Amino acid sequence: MQFDPAFWGIVTLSLRIAATATMIALPLAVAVAWLLARRQFWGHRIVNGLVHLPLVLPPVVTGYLLLIVFGRNGPVGGVLYKLFGVTLAFNWTGAALAAGIMAFPLMVRAIRLGFEAVDSGIEAAAATLGASPRRVFLTVTLPLIAPGILAGTVLGFAKALGEFGATITFVAAIPGQTQTIPSAIYGLLQVPGQEGAVVWLVAVSVVLAMGALIVSEWLATRMTKRLAA
Amino acid sequence: MMLQVDIQARIGELDLDIQMDVPAGVTVLFGPSGAGKTTVTNAIAGLFRPDSGQIKLGDKVLFDGRQNVPPHHRLMGYVFQDARLFPHYTVRQNLTYGGNHDFDQIVDVLGLGELLARRPAGLSGGEKQRVALGRALMSNPKLLLMDEPLAALDGPRKSEVLPFIAEIAATRNLPVIYVTHAMAEVTQLADQLVLIDNGKVAHKGPVIDVLADPIAAKYFAKRDAGALIECVVERHDIDEGITVLASGAGPILLPGQVGRVGVGLRLLIPAQDVMLSKTALQGQSALNMIEAVIDDIKSLPNGNLAVILQAKELPIWAELTPLSVRKLGFEAGQNVFAIFKATAVGPV
Repeated sequence: MQFDPAFWGIVTLSLRIAATATMIALPLAVAVAWLLARRQFWGHRIVNGLVHLPLVLPPVVTGYLLLIVFGRNGPVGGVLYKLFGVTLAFNWTGAALAAGIMAFPLMVRAIRLGFEAVDSGIEAAAATLGASPRRVFLTVTLPLIAPGILAGTVLGFAKALGEFGATITFVAAIPGQTQTIPSAIYGLLQVPGQEGAVVWLVAVSVVLAMGALIVSEWLATRMTKRLAA
Repeated sequence: MMLQVDIQARIGELDLDIQMDVPAGVTVLFGPSGAGKTTVTNAIAGLFRPDSGQIKLGDKVLFDGRQNVPPHHRLMGYVFQDARLFPHYTVRQNLTYGGNHDFDQIVDVLGLGELLARRPAGLSGGEKQRVALGRALMSNPKLLLMDEPLAALDGPRKSEVLPFIAEIAATRNLPVIYVTHAMAEVTQLADQLVLIDNGKVAHKGPVIDVLADPIAAKYFAKRDAGALIECVVERHDIDEGITVLASGAGPILLPGQVGRVGVGLRLLIPAQDVMLSKTALQGQSALNMIEAVIDDIKSLPNGNLAVILQAKELPIWAELTPLSVRKLGFEAGQNVFAIFKATAVGPV
């Protein structure tokens, strides 16, 4: 299958799943990172623990929990199906959900570090110049945490691209629908004589991962130079 | 517009309890580190919430225990010790972040024209503070707060910024609150002086009155305690290498060429450098000798005595040992001559 449509289908599906997962998780990750970094509230530790849970749980367990909650008969999945006719389980959107949840803690961690590194004195200065909290966030905080957001995005994207355990448990590996690069590699390894195809999928994984790292390093260096005070 | 401050707060070990009125002109808050000066300015700006009290600007209540107007609705310009410029913006974008009130004029006065396209990372400490001052002014504030704006700068950089601040204070009809613990900034900028010690107002009033009172002396370094007098440059004697000033007590000589003729300047006369004589001296090296009457003699906390003099219109004072005062029999009402070296009274 080296470069036949099936091969490219797996690669583009993986990219689509990872990109969707990252894009949807990003604003949420910024909000949660802000909450954890800047607000003291009752249940701070619980939120922190929940966010980090996918990082420490066996991915298969996360996938199973997703199946229970977001399956067509699950409390959330059932509602989604009834109201919108949306099915997540065994669907590429479900793969994106699983990938997003697995990537979420990594994104929150990176972005939270960004928030904690911002000098709150600069935000106070903006407020004295008449900027509302919203304007301060958009024009000062957000640009200053851009390197953290970038790092979180790249980490999250790479994690989403490589997600295996939760994805295969929640959405299986249906060719053309939920079969991502890792699940395709795993599947091919179960069949004798398919090592050739595996090599190319592995190569694509390495290139994508390296590419993401190099681009993000380059962007981060540029941003850091711009922000150096 | 008058700012009225009456606030209480407990911060760690410090019991802050401050009452002061801030009229037009420059009000300097002076006192040791940790006395609560920055907390007061932060409370005025809305960046710190006191436990109780009231802050009013004109008729508008900014804080009264229940309501607390947020900083972005207070219109207070704030220049911080560490500039706090936005690193991701150019100088021009920093300046106009809060508005572009009087843009051209402020850029011109602060000499920022060359810097507009640069980013804060490429600026010297003095340039950063000038941008921070310009940024605060362009937001068209009702009051300007400056928290040790020169403290992070070295000597030459200080003199790069201080004249700008003096000019802004003199030419704009804007009340300024200026926090410092540097005497040169007090003598050069202050109209009002508020001494803050351990969370309380120890002394307040017009700067000349506060410095003329030896009781306030303990808040200053020994070298800095003394009367502040206002003079006008009368002429430069280039041959002799001196400047002659006109003061309310007669001519005063300074070494070197100071200021321009006709320009007013303030002179600090350190009390420890003033010598008193019952008779006019001759053959001494000290160039300045002015006639005065002893007004009062007070004890200083260090055991010495402050001899308070009225030299025509000018109040000055001298720090003397009790031994000298006893030996010469100084007492109120006596005529004396106050003598001090030209080199002791550098321009401030």
